[in-house]
Amino acid sequence: MAQSSSPPQPRPRSPHLQIYRWPVTMGTSILHRLTGFGLALGTLILAWWLVAASMGAETYGVFEGAAFHWFGRLVLFGFTLALVFHSLNGVRHLFWDLGRGFEVSTANASGIAVYVLTPLLTLAIWLLAYSSMEAR
Amino acid sequence: MSIQTPLGRVRGLGSAKAGVEHFWHQRVTAVVLAPLTLWFVWSVARYTGAPHAEVVTFLGNPFNATAMLLFVAAGLYHMSLGVQVIIEDYIGREILKLALLLLNKFAAVAIGTMCAVAVLRIAISGS
Repeated sequence: MAQSSSPPQPRPRSPHLQIYRWPVTMGTSILHRLTGFGLALGTLILAWWLVAASMGAETYGVFEGAAFHWFGRLVLFGFTLALVFHSLNGVRHLFWDLGRGFEVSTANASGIAVYVLTPLLTLAIWLLAYSSMEAR
Repeated sequence: MSIQTPLGRVRGLGSAKAGVEHFWHQRVTAVVLAPLTLWFVWSVARYTGAPHAEVVTFLGNPFNATAMLLFVAAGLYHMSLGVQVIIEDYIGREILKLALLLLNKFAAVAIGTMCAVAVLRIAISGS
């Protein structure tokens, strides 16, 4: 065997995240997992709401106080955003499970549609909530 | 020892016979959650800021109570399946992974039971 005097060549590596131009599908995939985890934490808020409602007006008032606080609203707005994104993107996943929409152009277009629709639907939901409050 | 050939043993146990429960249950709950999420978002938005009595009347309606129970059950099952994959993907240490997987299941069952008790309490007693 011929002995090489030079140090061993470092193994080739795959390009790291910063090197890639982020494809649309990569962003939506990461956000799907991120929003899913956020919604998992959000189930605690849902449980709090239901339990508070079942315990009477006074306990429900405590929940409302937290929910209507500016920080509560911020958290709930994030919860709505995550729920809308995860739901819309989930529909994309279901289509893929049927073997449809896999072409790069289609997958990119549906991903951009999700990006556009998510803030619009979230705002629509909050407008409905605020207008329901006003109407009382 | 069986004289069955390896081929004979696996025949009929191919794709979708076993081992895909996790994948399949994730999809079934997703399909169920699509309409339930629409109902949930619409309901919560309409009852934002409503007095306690009105919220209780809404949740006490048998159809709404049923929809909420299904939403909670499907949602938390879907959640536990999803969080399980996240743990399996990112946690390498075996003992920590096991602990988190257990915590995930316990949390899903505990939160789900809590929501169910609350909804049933409202639906039955109308408190």
